[in-house]
Amino acid sequence: MNQRKPAIVAEHLTRRFGTFLAVDRVSFRVYEGEIFGFLGANGAGKTTVIRMLCGLLAPSDGNAWTAGFNVRTQVEQIKQHIGYMSQKFSLYEDLTVRENLAFYGGLYHLRRDQIQQKKQQLFQQLELAAFETTLARDLPLGFKQRLALSCALLHDPPVLFLDEPTSGVDPRARRDFWGLIQSLARSGKTIFVTTHFMEEAEYCHRVAIMHEGKIVAMDTPETLKARSRKSSMQQVFVSLIQQQLTES
Amino acid sequence: MRRPRSRIAAIALKEFWHILHDPRSLTIIFLLPVIQLIMFGYALNLEIQKVELAIIDLDRTPASRELIQHFEGSPFFEVMAFRAPISQIETLFLRRKARAVLIIPADYSRQRQQGTTVDLQLIIDASDPNAAINISNYCQQIVEAVPTTRLAPPPAPFEVKSTIWFNPDMKSAYFFVPGLLALLLVMISALLTSVAITREKETGTLEQLLVSPVTPVEIILGKVIPYVLLAFLDGVGILLIGVFVFQVPFTGSAVLLAFLTLLYIITALSLGLMISTVTSTQQVAMMAAQSATLLPTLFLSGFIFPLRSLPWILQLISYIVPARYYLVIVRGIMLKGNTLPQLITPALFLMGLSTVLLIIAGKRFKTTLEA
Amino acid sequence: MMASGENTLPIIEIQQLKKRFGTITALDGIDLHIYPGEIFGLIGPDGAGKTTLIRILCTLLLPDAGRVQLLQHDVVHDVQSIRRFLGYMPQRFSLYPDLTVEQNLNFFADLFQVPPSIRQQRIQQLYHFSRLEPFKNRPTRALSGGMKQKLALSCAMIHTPKILILDEPTTGVDPLSRQEFWHILHQIREGGTTVLVSTPYMEEADQCDRVGLMYRGKLIVVDTPQRVRQRFPYPLYRVWGQDTYALREFFQNLETVHSVHLFGDALHVAFTQPPVPSDWKHWQLTSHQQIIRWQPIEASVEDVFLEMMEAHS
Repeated sequence: MNQRKPAIVAEHLTRRFGTFLAVDRVSFRVYEGEIFGFLGANGAGKTTVIRMLCGLLAPSDGNAWTAGFNVRTQVEQIKQHIGYMSQKFSLYEDLTVRENLAFYGGLYHLRRDQIQQKKQQLFQQLELAAFETTLARDLPLGFKQRLALSCALLHDPPVLFLDEPTSGVDPRARRDFWGLIQSLARSGKTIFVTTHFMEEAEYCHRVAIMHEGKIVAMDTPETLKARSRKSSMQQVFVSLIQQQLTES
Repeated sequence: MRRPRSRIAAIALKEFWHILHDPRSLTIIFLLPVIQLIMFGYALNLEIQKVELAIIDLDRTPASRELIQHFEGSPFFEVMAFRAPISQIETLFLRRKARAVLIIPADYSRQRQQGTTVDLQLIIDASDPNAAINISNYCQQIVEAVPTTRLAPPPAPFEVKSTIWFNPDMKSAYFFVPGLLALLLVMISALLTSVAITREKETGTLEQLLVSPVTPVEIILGKVIPYVLLAFLDGVGILLIGVFVFQVPFTGSAVLLAFLTLLYIITALSLGLMISTVTSTQQVAMMAAQSATLLPTLFLSGFIFPLRSLPWILQLISYIVPARYYLVIVRGIMLKGNTLPQLITPALFLMGLSTVLLIIAGKRFKTTLEA
Repeated sequence: MMASGENTLPIIEIQQLKKRFGTITALDGIDLHIYPGEIFGLIGPDGAGKTTLIRILCTLLLPDAGRVQLLQHDVVHDVQSIRRFLGYMPQRFSLYPDLTVEQNLNFFADLFQVPPSIRQQRIQQLYHFSRLEPFKNRPTRALSGGMKQKLALSCAMIHTPKILILDEPTTGVDPLSRQEFWHILHQIREGGTTVLVSTPYMEEADQCDRVGLMYRGKLIVVDTPQRVRQRFPYPLYRVWGQDTYALREFFQNLETVHSVHLFGDALHVAFTQPPVPSDWKHWQLTSHQQIIRWQPIEASVEDVFLEMMEAHS
């Protein structure tokens, strides 16, 4: 895997809010076509890391590159090369599926025919066509999630950030969603995804476990489970944190 | 066994904690009225000075020059001579060179000598009608002050001589300090309580409160108490500035004013509470509180326009504007030295108004999350 | 410990409960009995109706139809008496962030009129559970997620309620804090309080005495976690493959396969008839050696949920 090109590089990435250390010297590499899972509780610092990688928040210390661009100096280029989907599915609830897509396409200066073409492709892939004129607020949650994903994919970004994308959707929709993510990865996209559902870590190629601003473990799910002799990621997480607590 | 603290006290105490933990809002609550008072104090100055007055003297006699000198000697007017044809007057107004034009007719001195009525023509730019009336009045005063020499005019059968009471210098501070006290108190009080409940709706803490056995009355009273104190301190601050900075006299009883001010504050807080029970976000509550207090207090309380000059429908509405009663009270106590028996009617009205508002708030307050 | 037999009177009784919001049916005829001293788990995704059901039980919403009683008190008519013996922890964190831990506890003690003579003892007890005493002077907003949840629980327990209702208390909390939280809930149950708790995490079903799976406003299963899992009617295998997605397609096309679901790095394959070793050999061949490993497993609550979802839609 290491001969592949890295799509995201973080080196000692640090972020303070006042005296609070939200992210503490975090380093990792995510390779092209990889699904990289960021696991941790609410408040562990996951969202802060994503925001720094997207150029939305400046690091207090350390450095990072996303899609080859520096997060401190090349923010505008980064924004052209990433897709971002947050847990709140930033959709306009009072606009239809088509209008939401047209709006996001416009944000990225896509031509109408480009939007149209990409839309057809996404509609087919995500089975959204039947809802084209439905208001976003009337969509079932699972389809809202897909629409949010479509909006993030319209400009065909090589790197995709997903912040808690499966929060609250039902078990079947979650599986469908992970299926889509896997096929996107196979088409070469790099996926950086956060979740607090530990069992979802198993859908990722590699995971980093974050606790109180630090990465406490990073590897493939199988290796992590084998190393701590646990059968689920849930148990891996618990034993890692307990270990942290006894050390400190 | 000691009894636990009452729920009203518990809620009031909690509100105090919130206030103490939020020094920024506290600063705004106390600083805002001071700033507004000073701003209004200097901006709302209704005394007009240095009005540009163009005088067209068609007479050009010593008599007409004497008249002009009277205008020049007045601090109200900045006089300039105008020699262009009368048809050009309009351009004077359009270019804002003058706000009024006085035309002295060619037969001015002759008419005066004959002792007949002199027809002076005064043309005023009335795009600001209040100013126009003032300008007209000032001109009148000056013209009347010109001594009628030589031939004494026939004595008038009677003469109106007005004496102005309570505000003999016609100082506008006398007028705006009570008005602003009424306005700022109602705005701040209503604002404070209108966000008090909606804030808990927004943060979700209301849900936790509602599942306890606390009653709407307890929540409402507990929320009003801390803000009564805050708004009262605000009122004292405004009054002190009014008396010491703007030199408004205080002839009546301070205790009576304090007591009736409390009543007014409670009415305003009740209004805010009622608003907060029917709105769901702080933003909407703030807008509602502002629109329910600012304009009605400015226009429907007798603050700026006399109530009798309003159309009957607005006069009717003015009965539910708390400031209407409070203005009578403040002006009465500060300027006239009124005592309670003379103010019993507005006091009773305020009491009735606050009771009705509190009852509505209590009834509208939902103890469920039903929309 | 738990008493869910027919001979005990239910502490919560729900009959034909219905609730609509505009055109959306949030609860579509719920029948449920909860018995004294049990931990009952409501399990289901967002939008299943968990929060609506809980809010009706807490007298925060009114039912459109049906009857709901807590300790023989009706949720529509006996609101005030229910609120005295009920502890409720809403889904959204709802304590005052600017108040300290102790100020929050004292405020709720006042609201529920906990007498001063027993208050200190009660707060000490709650500190013992929550281990929050060292942080008692800290503003609530400066607590970690897990600590906030424990404080919210303590405030809901301040008046020693007979019934404790919690709406997704563990969502988004780290797994270690979740474990600790469940430990506290078990202690509360031992103290005699009946607990109703909702969760989106299927694996938390095992922490409950009984669970109800909720989906689209209906309770699709109510039973002990053990019996819920036994309801899965098909032989189930966990199958690992080279390419899980290709393998899923392969199994979906087999005649004897009832369902295939992704479970992390493997598949859960349910068969209509138990496969024999020769079947696996055959599939190895026809799938071009895609299958790495297989193993018969007991169905998880999530398997049952997926199965029941399909049956209901």
